[in-house]
Amino acid sequence: MTDWTNVCALSDLVPDTGVCALVEGKQVAVFRYGDGETIYAISNYDPFGKANVLSRGIVGSIGERPVVASPLYKQHFDLSNGECLEDDNVSVEYFPVRVENGVVQITSAVTA
Amino acid sequence: MSKKRIIVVGNGMVGHNFLATMAESEHASEFELITFSEEPRLAYDRVQLSKYFSGATADDLALTTEAEYDDSGITYLKNEKVVSIDADSKTITTSSGRIEGYDKLILATGSYPFVPPIPGKDQEHCLVYRTIEDLEDITASAKVSKTGVVVGGGLLGLEAANALKAAGLETHVVEFAPRLMAVQLDEGGGKLLRRKIEALGVSVHTEKNTTEIVAGEECRYRMNFADGSFLETDMILFSAGIRPQDELAREFGIDIGPRGGIVVNDYCQTSAEDIYAIGECALWGGMIYGLVAPGYQMAKVVANHITDTLVKLETPALSFEGADMSTKLKLLGVDVASIGDAHARTAGAQSFVFSDDIEEVYKRLIVSADGKKLLGAVLVGDTEAYGTLLQLMLNDMDIPGNPASLILPAMGDEEPVGLGVSALPDTAQICSCFDVSKGDIAAAVQGGCCTMGDVKDATKAATGCGGCAALTKQVMDAELESLGVEVNNDICEHFAYTRVELADIIRVKGYSTFKEVVEGHGKGHGCEICKPTIGSILASFNNEYVLKDDLMPLQDTNDIFLGNMQKDGTYSVVPRVPGGEITPDKLIAIGEVAKEFDLYTKITGGQRIDLFGAQLHELPKIWEKLIAAGLETGHAYGKSLRTVKSCVGSTWCRYGVLDSVSMAIALENRYKGLRSPHKIKFAVSGCTRECAEAQSKDIGVIATETGWSLYVCGNGGMRPRHADLFATELDDDTLIKYIDRVLMFYVRTADKLQRTSVWMENLEGGLDYLKEVVIDDKLGVCDELENDMTRVVSTYQCEWKTTVESPEKLKRFSHFINAAEEDNNLLYVRERGQRRPATELERIELVELNEKR
Repeated sequence: MTDWTNVCALSDLVPDTGVCALVEGKQVAVFRYGDGETIYAISNYDPFGKANVLSRGIVGSIGERPVVASPLYKQHFDLSNGECLEDDNVSVEYFPVRVENGVVQITSAVTA
Repeated sequence: MSKKRIIVVGNGMVGHNFLATMAESEHASEFELITFSEEPRLAYDRVQLSKYFSGATADDLALTTEAEYDDSGITYLKNEKVVSIDADSKTITTSSGRIEGYDKLILATGSYPFVPPIPGKDQEHCLVYRTIEDLEDITASAKVSKTGVVVGGGLLGLEAANALKAAGLETHVVEFAPRLMAVQLDEGGGKLLRRKIEALGVSVHTEKNTTEIVAGEECRYRMNFADGSFLETDMILFSAGIRPQDELAREFGIDIGPRGGIVVNDYCQTSAEDIYAIGECALWGGMIYGLVAPGYQMAKVVANHITDTLVKLETPALSFEGADMSTKLKLLGVDVASIGDAHARTAGAQSFVFSDDIEEVYKRLIVSADGKKLLGAVLVGDTEAYGTLLQLMLNDMDIPGNPASLILPAMGDEEPVGLGVSALPDTAQICSCFDVSKGDIAAAVQGGCCTMGDVKDATKAATGCGGCAALTKQVMDAELESLGVEVNNDICEHFAYTRVELADIIRVKGYSTFKEVVEGHGKGHGCEICKPTIGSILASFNNEYVLKDDLMPLQDTNDIFLGNMQKDGTYSVVPRVPGGEITPDKLIAIGEVAKEFDLYTKITGGQRIDLFGAQLHELPKIWEKLIAAGLETGHAYGKSLRTVKSCVGSTWCRYGVLDSVSMAIALENRYKGLRSPHKIKFAVSGCTRECAEAQSKDIGVIATETGWSLYVCGNGGMRPRHADLFATELDDDTLIKYIDRVLMFYVRTADKLQRTSVWMENLEGGLDYLKEVVIDDKLGVCDELENDMTRVVSTYQCEWKTTVESPEKLKRFSHFINAAEEDNNLLYVRERGQRRPATELERIELVELNEKR
């Protein structure tokens, strides 16, 4: 059975922005994509800038892919799978997310 | 081989151009360059001389500096006139007795103003208009005069009249011929020019032959005319044409034309061996060329001749083949142009005339007998067609369609008939100041230039008088198109618009959210390009709190937490210090905050203090304390007004003329918070010593005895640009009015992340156009621009004050939304008494150390 960690209320997330959550010792960047219940979670660590900042990047789309742009050097990461769009060899961890009764929940079950 | 000695007599525009060409040549090391000037300064821009009266200084007009000559290895002797030439021993002697030998001697002695032999012409307030020293005399004389007369209604005479008018004198122009600018204009053009100039308050007297200058009754002098009439005036400026300065050549046996001028052949060689003459002293084909472009052409020919014959030992590739004397200029604010055979002297010439007394426009085309070729033109009041017409004539092209359509105004939706630049041959000269051809521009584009700024840098086109800017851009665009470079100015995949277009859409539709813009005009979810751009535009026009829920997602890295993100994800904090003036108490408060939060502290270039290393959760605490001490956010994180740097000004400084600190504080407080396409920096200097370095800022203000001078679009940093002098003698209110308009026009029309310097480089029409928009309100938008600015000013808020007062917003200022822990990735070491982020190597050592513990 998966362990889900309660992170925050959905209403704590301003549409199209991110926050950072601590989930089982890991720094997770949590994004609300649009103003509905679409939530994504990837690692908060920017492998290029080597700092925990991805939750503070700008959320958007490249083609059909939902992305965040690193606030440091602007590389794009696919929110749904952690892939870096600029460099095939780089990706960051991503995490399953769900919204239960208005609460955002994340699990750190291994995905990447 | 020893270096060849080249002596240039005269350091005017053409002499300087020759030296610069030689010094920049790949063979520069073969030559030793020496120049003598009888003037007390090195070459300056005589074409722009009248700017001296609108505030430009001798330094502004300078074409070079002593340091530049030193760097180029050019020896220069000022105040040193060459008084004799010995062509046999190849030496010259100067006024101080100095003797120098030469291998080649270049006479670039220029011309002197012709003063008609009128009895009484040598009195104290009878002056000429040629050198900076003359201008100084005119200024001094104008101070003790009420009325001034210019003798001569030609091009220079009208410029001189403008100078007298600018000096506040009741101004008259006295001309011997029946009309103004008799050489360049026909009767119709001359008549309209006269009407326009008289409407500006300058009295014009034609067909007047001055017989004597005697003491006046009302004024200092009285000029008596041959027809029995007279005119009283306090000063007289002679501007009745130029004469070649050929005295030296004449005295030492070099051939001179019957009416003066040193005779030269197609290589600009004089009758004496190894002696050349260039510029206004040279007589080629029986003609003296009184314009700068032919002079530059001669300089080029001689430089080529010397290099080819002395170094390459080849037949010289270039020769002088005469020059076109077409001109386009603005005289007393009136646009005037003359092309080719303006007087229809060619046999069988036909003409087309368009004359509009209401709009005050006169245009005349002179065409060949068969109506197919353009021979000449006269344009007064509207010179838009100049570029097209000139190219038609110079390249001997067939006139496309009906010739009349070239001068008729566009009716209804019809596009005015222009000349497709593709029709021009590659050899067509686009920029006459720097002799840049269509082919040169095309080559630059092929070499990678794709903006006007690039092309200007690469070719110098449009950097002289600027008259060819529009044509240069057309050539560039056409070349880009033919290269298949789709000039795609879309800002990103989500919007098929430029920033300027988006700004117009948002302003006209009155949008206030990204959602409205993307739903109405874009697609997708936005990105880090379009979101901050639209966020900035919305902020420029609406000036709402940038962290409002629907605006926050648009904010870039720094704006979203109102701090400057550093490499490790922490922030730096910069409180506003308007004008760089700060009380000791505020300084102590900043120091205490820095100490409490252990922030690395550094003074910035903009006269304020930067505190580094603040974590997200610390930012609100830091700002609560700073706000309590009376400080405000400095917007160091925003694309917005940064600082207004100032010197201490007249309140303390022995040299200060005006109170620069008070002005700097007023300006900073007025424009703080203005979001713009890029950051904006100001400076205010209290005198012309310019300690605040205002001429390297987007907006620079310098105090003078007669008011503020306003400079615009300067830049320091990566691509320095000297600011342009925009207006002078401004009072406080006019200064602020102009700055309001310039800034808002920039906000409306600049590209994304385009500094004012690059904006200016790419602005079609350049500085003159900006002046027309801002000073003359050519577009009729000044009221709107001012209202927009007034709204921004009146809705200012300190974003940090709003934030610390909003519990909802403060929630975001913690590293984790669900835990109180800090970011465990941050590591610091101490250096010179402060902390800084650990380097990669230090991190490894520190982590090992911690693990051992």
